Amino acid sequence: MKRLYIVLILLLGGVIGLQAVHEQRGGVPAASTPGFVYVRSPEAMKRLALSYDSLLADVYWIRSVQHYGGTRLANDPDAKYELLYPLLDLTTSLDPRFNVAYLFGALFLAGPPPGGPGRTDQAIALLEKGLQAQPDKWEFAENIGFVHYWWRQDYPAAAAWFKRAADMPGGPFWLTSMAAVTLAEGGRRDSSRVLWQEIAKSDLEGMRNEAHRRLAQLDAMDQIDQLQAAADAYERQAGRPVAGWDDLRRAGYLRGSPIDPTGTPYRIQSGRVMLGESSRLYPLPVQTGR
Amino acid sequence: MRMIGHIAVNVFKESVRDKVLYNLVAFAVLLIAVSYLLGQLTAGQDVKIIKDLGLAAIATFGLFIAVFIGIGLVWKEVERRSIYSLLSKPIRRSEFILGKYAGLVLTLLVNVSVMTVAFYAVLAYLDTQFAETVRASWPAPATDPGMLKAIVLIFVELMLVTAIALFLSTFSSPFLSAALTFGLWVIGHFNADLRNFEAVVESPAAAWLARALYYVLPNFAAFDVKSQVVHALRVDASYVVTTALYGGVYVALLLTGAVIVFSRRDFK
Repeated sequence: MKRLYIVLILLLGGVIGLQAVHEQRGGVPAASTPGFVYVRSPEAMKRLALSYDSLLADVYWIRSVQHYGGTRLANDPDAKYELLYPLLDLTTSLDPRFNVAYLFGALFLAGPPPGGPGRTDQAIALLEKGLQAQPDKWEFAENIGFVHYWWRQDYPAAAAWFKRAADMPGGPFWLTSMAAVTLAEGGRRDSSRVLWQEIAKSDLEGMRNEAHRRLAQLDAMDQIDQLQAAADAYERQAGRPVAGWDDLRRAGYLRGSPIDPTGTPYRIQSGRVMLGESSRLYPLPVQTGR
Repeated sequence: MRMIGHIAVNVFKESVRDKVLYNLVAFAVLLIAVSYLLGQLTAGQDVKIIKDLGLAAIATFGLFIAVFIGIGLVWKEVERRSIYSLLSKPIRRSEFILGKYAGLVLTLLVNVSVMTVAFYAVLAYLDTQFAETVRASWPAPATDPGMLKAIVLIFVELMLVTAIALFLSTFSSPFLSAALTFGLWVIGHFNADLRNFEAVVESPAAAWLARALYYVLPNFAAFDVKSQVVHALRVDASYVVTTALYGGVYVALLLTGAVIVFSRRDFK
């Protein structure tokens, strides 16, 4: 019996050793095909799920988050996030009340490359699907308006959706004024700030984090405007564009090196002020008026 | 009645000896491990996913126990030839069948109860890990007692699966009984399709047959309200009662059938 135990321990050591060798050699050879979704039909998956539809929805949600996060972290400029919509579609078909999947999913889909696929059409389709499943959920209508406002700069459409969300049961009053402001002065930084400040009050931590990041971007855009004004003033005075921050410091426009709200230094090149590419706020959204 | 009780207790003891209750450890480890890992993967959906997983695990562990023990209840006694000594005692065949059934239902009851306690314990712990503002956004509290409705219906469903397995095992081999029980369980989830079959076929006979099967085959989909309770949707007490009643009548039907078949079997 004692010998058997020794053999058992030796075999266990052998398994662990071989696994270590396997790891050192780089593991399984890389597959040439990217990740795959075997069943794309939500109808078929609903049938195959039997009574496990909610649990499968969770699995597909985790896959969506992993796919989005993994692709985003890969920093591939050609990243296409091809599986994102099919995964979110399956998630929300298996569990039509998975509200986070609609709201986060739309954020994931609408983000411009390389931070997202930039598929605002799919983001809107996902939210409209949510509205079909839960016609009283004003948050979905608000988010459709938001996609039109922020990523499509389609202010009449955004205002119409904000109004529709405000008119729904439980829709907050501020959306009525947001609809009016969007129609009158859509695209202005102030109205964008109001919108993000409201989203920053969300119950969902992920939505709050995104809102805080977007508010920091708006702050950065304000700071860039101020720095650009200083750089333009220097150029008018010196007759040449600013070569670096030292020029502005020597001329008395600046005291130190300017940094963005995340602590990353701003860049200046050929007289143009811009965000550092290593900043968490990069890239900034389409320029909006103050 | 006392005889049924004796047989039932023996079945329960045998399942304990067969280490059936070890699945409770597996259940607890699964839930605790998953709840620990989920925070990194789910973008804040830990509680929903633990609820989904916990309810699905209770149903699945119970299903496997119901099928794999249910098919052996009668078959094992015949195979070991212990049925001869049993039937030579003053035990009626109907008492034998009902006692075996009650024993497995008792095992399932203990299993489901302990799993439910573990499930609520994990959720109560998770509840302490979130801020009040986050908890306020959930559709229902982490330890929502409304989930018990789903667990009650899961238990009735398991009683029905056990009755099917026992009925089949009175005249069939274990392998075939297991295959047929799982088959009926799967078909029972497609019940709604049978109801709407006439919309996709032209033959009136096929439509009539599908409609007949819809009424006759066990409707397992009716017992599934897991998604509803997780999202705190309304599940009326009357729905739970009528569905449980449906399950109870079906169980009575199958047990009567099992008693008839078993009474007619010749063990000479």
